[in-house]
Amino acid sequence: MIPEIGHFALILALLIALLQGVLPIVGAARGIGPWMDLARPAAKAQAMFVTLAFGCLMWSFYVSDFSVQNVASNSNSLLPWYYKLSATWGSHEGSILLWTLMLAWWTSLVAFFSRHLPREMVARVIGTLGLVSAGFILFTLTTSDPFDRLFPAAPEGRDLNPLLQDPGMIFHPPMLYMGYVGFAVPFAFAIAALMGGRLDAAWARWTRPWTTMAWVFLTLGIALGSWWAYYELGWGGWWFWDPVENASFMPWLTGTALVHSLAVTEKRGSFKTWTVLLAIITFSMSLLGTFLVRSGVLTSVHAFATDPERGVFILGFLIFVIGSSLLLFAWRAPKVGLGGKFANVSRESMLLMNNVLLVVAMGAVFLGTMYPLFLDAIAGTKISVGPPYFDAVFAPLMAPLVFLMGVGPLSRWKEAKIPDLATRLRWAAVVAVVTAVLVPVVLGRWSWIVSGGLLLAFWIVASAVVNVREHIRNVRGSLLTRLASQPRAFWGMNLAHLGVAIFIIGVTLVKGYETERDVRMAVGDVVSVGGFTFKFEGVQEVQGPNYVAARGTFDVSKNGRFIEKLYPEKRSYLSNRAMPMTEAAIDSSIIGDIYVSLGEPVGGDAWTVRAYYKPFVTWIWWGCVAMALGGLVALSDRRYRFARRREASAAKAAVTA
Amino acid sequence: MKARHKRLAMILGGLAVIGVAVALVMSAFQQNLVFFFSPSQVAANEAPKGRAFRVGGLVEEGSVKRDGVMVSFRVTDTAHVVKVSYSGILPDLFKEGKGVVAQGKLGADGTFMATEVLAKHDENYMPPEAAHAVEQAHKAQKSLKVQ
Repeated sequence: MIPEIGHFALILALLIALLQGVLPIVGAARGIGPWMDLARPAAKAQAMFVTLAFGCLMWSFYVSDFSVQNVASNSNSLLPWYYKLSATWGSHEGSILLWTLMLAWWTSLVAFFSRHLPREMVARVIGTLGLVSAGFILFTLTTSDPFDRLFPAAPEGRDLNPLLQDPGMIFHPPMLYMGYVGFAVPFAFAIAALMGGRLDAAWARWTRPWTTMAWVFLTLGIALGSWWAYYELGWGGWWFWDPVENASFMPWLTGTALVHSLAVTEKRGSFKTWTVLLAIITFSMSLLGTFLVRSGVLTSVHAFATDPERGVFILGFLIFVIGSSLLLFAWRAPKVGLGGKFANVSRESMLLMNNVLLVVAMGAVFLGTMYPLFLDAIAGTKISVGPPYFDAVFAPLMAPLVFLMGVGPLSRWKEAKIPDLATRLRWAAVVAVVTAVLVPVVLGRWSWIVSGGLLLAFWIVASAVVNVREHIRNVRGSLLTRLASQPRAFWGMNLAHLGVAIFIIGVTLVKGYETERDVRMAVGDVVSVGGFTFKFEGVQEVQGPNYVAARGTFDVSKNGRFIEKLYPEKRSYLSNRAMPMTEAAIDSSIIGDIYVSLGEPVGGDAWTVRAYYKPFVTWIWWGCVAMALGGLVALSDRRYRFARRREASAAKAAVTA
Repeated sequence: MKARHKRLAMILGGLAVIGVAVALVMSAFQQNLVFFFSPSQVAANEAPKGRAFRVGGLVEEGSVKRDGVMVSFRVTDTAHVVKVSYSGILPDLFKEGKGVVAQGKLGADGTFMATEVLAKHDENYMPPEAAHAVEQAHKAQKSLKVQ
């Protein structure tokens, strides 16, 4: 009964989404008030029904109802309850429903927090979101119904892929989807601006918090995925340039560009058309990512099914959304106008350069991800583009971007002077160069890569310090009051930039100083890695809730002093004996990770073993966390709250007048 | 007049930056493209010498030999085989009789020196390249029989 309720709720949600997509937009075009006012209640009702549908599916997973096809293929009665619940999005069908759910929630958030916006704007934004929503619900119902029944019911479920039985599965997909789908909101704002032909500073101020919020979620989602891959896949990499990862990285790159171009549109009124285009591109990248991951064109752990029908639907939807948006853009963009002028050297021009670099980087990722697919589809030639390509492209593209990260925030809007900037930043440059040369010497081995990476990181830090000092120089009071005098948006920006510095330090030191050894070890054997000594004590069999594991014991010591024991495992899940799983044992600390994982038994009591030392690897993820925190701090800036209050009272005054 | 010059300088500068970036991307792309060859193609000397490529098919039953972390095995598309040697730990799903893709270079003695061995995250899953290689070999054999 419960699955049928879910199915029915989803059908109702589709009907409401269609109403929400058509009436308010038509109403806004024709000036029919009641139709426009339908937008908000429709959005809330749609969210309610989608939530109900999702809840029903979750319930079926929770009670292990194996008469539901999706539950039978992706869950198992032996799973702990939290993995049963997260198995809801462990399948293709479930994750598309999660997509829809996130979209419905974002839409209802817009409905709740848009009281201060003009009526037409709200109608158009929510209407656009309704159309996107309708497309996705239709996709779910026609090609990937998660509520399909199975006759007769299966006695036992086939189990969730063991790779996905991990806390990462609980947090990574919802977080990532919140980000992906969140970019639908700036997209809808952009479409609404094109429809209405109105795009001003107020528009940018409304759009900005939504964009930042989506960006925060996407940043955290990607970082979580990277961390998960690092500890779960058992070979210590943190980014593989896998097409699935690239699919989430492309909207991140253009989303980051969008966050910056919105700043210009809000403060200076420039970049208007470009901002709109960027919002369209970013959401298109989100859709493209969904297509890549969900259509089965890539086959990896994320592609749960290979079903051409689905691929064709998403591709068609993708072409429709992107095509109609770009058409609308071409038709209406001239109305939106270009905005303020600026000189060749100015904060605007530097942010423009930032945007160009980020978009080129996205293009490079796009080429490396899509070209092999195109070539295969057209000529049947099988090629691959590996990490060396992306590494070769990214360093030279990111270096100027990071340089601008130091200069940009200190330059004036409209026109900046190079000599002036050079004087203000000379000490920052000196500090960055000196530390970049000295730190690798202190760490023991000097290399160009390490020095170059650290130069970029310290440049960000030093120039941010200069920036903060200049801002509080003319404020009176204690240091604390002087610091508190600055708006949250300022601190948010600096924190996010600092996050980039932390990230760069992590990447650089791991690349420069990591030690990886794959060795054969018999009981009692000793191997030394990165100054640590690993002694293999043997392997025992242990029993888990739904698996058995061979558990190795390693004594780790440094300079003859015992540090700890590490217990990596090789698991074999009861439901799926053919698929062993490597569980690495990691001792993580702020200065580096000690990483051991078991390979396979190679006769006698010997095993092949991976013993790694990864200095500062956690800084990679902490850097992302700092970036996301920076976004949150910027979001809490008072000008959003006050502006909203001001506009609300203005709207009220207009109504009473 | 001056404003127009400025704008022109800016556009030209922007184009130059984009041009350099695109050139960089394209050259890196050219250098790092890795082509796929089936064991039959390798046997027919179609694979490049001295440049990395991928080879894939099935791991031949009984061909896996281990010596510490050194592994050697044979990849077959059911028509021809390629001998592969690899130093390191193989992925969890590497098994005799299952699909595999290896990336590396051909050695002087015709052994494929792999730097990377890929087997995907699902035991029923066959790497598309490996499936393709086996399929091609079957087709070739069929057409031989017809003749």
